[in-house]
Amino acid sequence: MFTRRAMLGAISAVALVASGMAASAQDKMYIPLISKGFQHQFWQAVKAGADKAAAELDVEVTFEGPDNETMVDRQIDMLAAALAKKPAALGFAALDSQAAIPLLKQADEAGIPVIAFDSGVDSDIPKATASTDNLAAAALAADKMAELIGGAGQVAVVAHDQTSRTGIDRRDGFVNQVKEKYPDIEIVTIQYGGGDHLQSTEITKSILQANPDLKGIFGTNEGSAIGVVNGVREMDRSNVVIIGYDSGAQQKEAIREGLMAGAITQNPVGIGYETVKAAVAAAKGEEVPASIDTGFYYYDKTNIDDPEIAAVLYD
Amino acid sequence: MSTVEATPQAGFAARLLQAGAHQKLLAFMSLIILLIGFSLASPNFMQTSNIIAILQATSVNGVLAIAATLVIITGGIDLSVGTLMTFCAVIAGVVLTYWGLPLPLGILAAIGAGALCGLTSGTFVAKMKIPPFIATLGMMLMLKGLSLVISGTRPIYFNDTPGFTEISRGSLIGEVIPALPIPNGVLILFLVAIAASYILGRTVLGRYTFALGSNEESVRLSGVNTDAWKMAVYALAGGICGIAGLLIASRLNSAQPALGLGYELEAIAAVVIGGTSLAGGRGTILGTLIGALIMAVLANGLRILSVAQEWQTVVTGAIIILAVYADMMRKRRMG
Repeated sequence: MFTRRAMLGAISAVALVASGMAASAQDKMYIPLISKGFQHQFWQAVKAGADKAAAELDVEVTFEGPDNETMVDRQIDMLAAALAKKPAALGFAALDSQAAIPLLKQADEAGIPVIAFDSGVDSDIPKATASTDNLAAAALAADKMAELIGGAGQVAVVAHDQTSRTGIDRRDGFVNQVKEKYPDIEIVTIQYGGGDHLQSTEITKSILQANPDLKGIFGTNEGSAIGVVNGVREMDRSNVVIIGYDSGAQQKEAIREGLMAGAITQNPVGIGYETVKAAVAAAKGEEVPASIDTGFYYYDKTNIDDPEIAAVLYD
Repeated sequence: MSTVEATPQAGFAARLLQAGAHQKLLAFMSLIILLIGFSLASPNFMQTSNIIAILQATSVNGVLAIAATLVIITGGIDLSVGTLMTFCAVIAGVVLTYWGLPLPLGILAAIGAGALCGLTSGTFVAKMKIPPFIATLGMMLMLKGLSLVISGTRPIYFNDTPGFTEISRGSLIGEVIPALPIPNGVLILFLVAIAASYILGRTVLGRYTFALGSNEESVRLSGVNTDAWKMAVYALAGGICGIAGLLIASRLNSAQPALGLGYELEAIAAVVIGGTSLAGGRGTILGTLIGALIMAVLANGLRILSVAQEWQTVVTGAIIILAVYADMMRKRRMG
């Protein structure tokens, strides 16, 4: 009998503690953000921006996302739970637009404004989309690459994937810019490493092996860029110019050491901040712009410690 | 503490009671307490729409957990349930979207593919004597890879098969009783549970499932073809994973080929919370169903209470430990 009582006691204790936590903030405007991820530093930076806006605008914000970006159904469950709380507005970064449509319709019918963030949703339900212009950002990477290799020679792209919007836009932004503006630069190959450090390393090594005259590689996200750095290091080809994307401790260190020439950074803090700001405005019935460009920067050894850049980089 | 002393001659109900009643009661009580606790903590919890959301969140994991229960009762383990689910979803996508065949064929193909893969795992275990952990680990990876290969690493959408999303999202019950729009996915979960319970409790296959887990050697020595029965259990579990594949694909209106890893552990957690012994020979479908519900209620309730996500994971882990510890204490007293 004792154990059962102990077990019940423990469970009710958990419930009580939890209820205590929940009781604190009932009257503030409540805005849940359902993200694509949670534990990656990028998402934590988005969360930091959302928390900042929440403090300034005096609203309650929660931030949740599935363990990895394949768990589409878990994200849907999170969205369902968020809607059950009858929020004032909702921030949503869809893993798969189509899968979320029924719930987004439900939100629409309940009069809950939805703000898309990080990437768009293929639907007219979201009142606004707060995201990086990845095409323009990758075009800037192409400009920097051309500058660093002297406007001619062979380059390669190690991308994170060929299906997601960010994967496609960053690849196309880079490739199109090179084709349009730099006829003497040849893109020898585009390969996909899933954003996985190790896989991107192996891909980079085989690209280097196959192309002894290669002058530069563009890595389209944090994992890809780190993989490129590792591959170049292991092959001892330090003359290859590397341009990365996003930040993270390893990438920052590679830039400081000079292994990586520079990288594009989005403004994850800004994404979180603008999402909450737009959500509050939409909840109050104010007009919000349909597309909110949250900005991007190119950073290298010379400006990595500038306050403006340091504020949007994360470890 | 009153223990039910069931004699070997006692009926099915008594045996069931002896095998799992206390654990089920324990799990059931925990579920009730969670429900009451969350209801008191937030007015948004006990709403029809939220209860339906919880049930819907249970449906896929519940069906997978039922498949895992069958294998675990034989004393084995099936790590491939998650990626097998994905594989079956992809097969349905190929049949329905790529080949444009009618819906019933897609359903049959998904369940058939599941059963066939289950049979393959069963062959590895029974005939080739590969330990179940290794056999199904290998199967898990092969299926993950094959899902990506077959789908061309792209999600397959079911926009050309209009009825497909109804499998999970539609509501037959809601059409009859408009106040109760329980999605078909939940209905399917309960139907699968009832069928699996019947098989375990009332059929020869069920009897041998328990017997294999209790003492395989003595069953074999008494002249039973244990290999064949074991393969049958794995095939049945595989077919049930096929149903889970249809449920998740229908809910997402797409077969997501990269999904599936990690789902096996959630299914096993539900099985364990429900009182099924990982050593085999003991377990119930009802317990597993309650275990899956506890996981879903916990996840939903903690979200409703805005508990930080990192703490949600900690609490879920703690509940698993508590549930299994309580079960062990009970067994020690009885033993």
